[in-house]
Amino acid sequence: MDKCQQGDWVEIHYIVLDPASRSGDLPAETRKVPLECRINGWALSSKRIGEEIEIRTPANRTVKGTLVRINPGYEHTFGPAVPELSSIGAELRAMLREGES
Amino acid sequence: MPRDLSYKAVMARRGEIMKRALGIEYDEFIQTKIAFDYEGMMRKAGYSLDEVRKIQRETGVGNTPLLELKNITRLVRQTSPKGFGARIVVKDEAANPSGSFKDRRASVSVYHAAKLGYPGVIAATSGNYGAAVASQAAMRNLRCIVVQEVFDSRQMGQPEIIEKSRKCEAYGAEVVRLSVGPELFYVALVLLEETGFFNASLYSPFGISGVETLGYELVQQVRERYGKDPAYIVVTHAGGGNVTGTARGALKAGAKNTRIIGASVDLSGLHMASDIDFNRKSFTTGHTGFGVPFATWPDRADVPKNAARPLRYLDRYVTVTQGEVFYVTEALAQLEGLERGPAGNTSLAAAIPLARELPEDEIVVVQETEYTGAGKHPQAQLAFARANGIEIRRGDPRESTPGKSIIIPEHFSQLNVVEMDLDRMRRSYIRNCIERSGVAEINEAELKFLAEETRETEAYVAEVIKELGGVRINAS
Repeated sequence: MDKCQQGDWVEIHYIVLDPASRSGDLPAETRKVPLECRINGWALSSKRIGEEIEIRTPANRTVKGTLVRINPGYEHTFGPAVPELSSIGAELRAMLREGES
Repeated sequence: MPRDLSYKAVMARRGEIMKRALGIEYDEFIQTKIAFDYEGMMRKAGYSLDEVRKIQRETGVGNTPLLELKNITRLVRQTSPKGFGARIVVKDEAANPSGSFKDRRASVSVYHAAKLGYPGVIAATSGNYGAAVASQAAMRNLRCIVVQEVFDSRQMGQPEIIEKSRKCEAYGAEVVRLSVGPELFYVALVLLEETGFFNASLYSPFGISGVETLGYELVQQVRERYGKDPAYIVVTHAGGGNVTGTARGALKAGAKNTRIIGASVDLSGLHMASDIDFNRKSFTTGHTGFGVPFATWPDRADVPKNAARPLRYLDRYVTVTQGEVFYVTEALAQLEGLERGPAGNTSLAAAIPLARELPEDEIVVVQETEYTGAGKHPQAQLAFARANGIEIRRGDPRESTPGKSIIIPEHFSQLNVVEMDLDRMRRSYIRNCIERSGVAEINEAELKFLAEETRETEAYVAEVIKELGGVRINAS
């Protein structure tokens, strides 16, 4: 589904400052890219992904940008097991036992 | 005429924007180009300890438990000379409503904004502070905007910060997520002007007086339980507010002999405004990238005069490595049954080697924990680091290089701290004061101010100024 309805929770993206308008005091790799912004809010109209849209934010502002996601969620996780961490608990408990004996 | 929203025009208006958005007349406290009345500002613009305690009780902030880390203390003693290894206790700040000590810092600002009738609050932060402001704003029926630095130009976000975005939205805040760059501050100014909201700055007298209760409470709790004052309070140090507020609170409790030790994760060599370095670090706060610049020039903050002035309070400043913090995060969960951090465990990583310096009957306080969540977790952060080309292995953590490798200790005895040169930082602060003010002469009042700022004598300051050269001292 690439079209949102009015009232849907969506994510927009827009450029805040293009490279030439940014702060003068930046490392080269940052200076050559724009300052970008992403905000979630409720769609004020029905639009397709990639189209310009206005949203109402939770702070009740109206903001314009490109529609990039509909029903945006969070996909960050607790991550996979990390071998470098997995034996630490057992090592420390063994140390405690040694200390007691 | 529409407002000129160019970077230059907005930055030129910053003074008037900040004045309206904070309601503090900073001019009242400014004495000379260098000196200002710090204690006067804290007294007049902030709130007293009793008032802050009352404000925090209203929203369930503070009075967090003090927990003794019995198994970690045992391991400290096993790895110390006989008779050494102080007892380590931790102030479980994760028990605050939004899961960190930052609720203390947000509580007073949000209370003040509501009292003055502001329609909402704005905070520019990628840390736990955003969630704290959002949570306090929800309780006091104010709107809230949090401005965060979240992703790089590849649209890749730090897992720790993504979790913080989620938490702010969970409390009903608007989250303005930006790519890498110091213009976060510019965006916050534009929003303050547009909305007329209150600037819930981390660095106002409200923010700092909110942390004083933490230092005060922990001294009272240690006295009640152990009949003595803590020898050390170890504080994770970034922008300086945690150190400043905690130390002021401990002093208000009368703990004159307790040493305040700041601890940061060593991220030396990584540029904080770099689009490339952004995702090569595994810690987004509590690190030297904030700790050093904010100590040596506090007034870089989003207020005219920063209420967080760590050089006034630090007895020592130490660093630990990213790998050590991940290791102690694992130790805290596995040995003490407390899944907390990781970033908030920076002070715990430092407290372990510091406790080895002290006799067994002394107390070392780790003054905070923070909640753990998806993204804000050693596994998530190490997996992200590995995906960004960082080498991860067990070994000697001192061999690690920030941005290139993270080395998880092989043994508890490898946990250590590196002492930062506070004298050098004091000198750097004095140099910044002189260079930025452009003065040719330092008077008596300024000498006294700089001595207070650096916790040194006027003779010391005079000596440093002489070494720097180019500035006359006009004092008796």
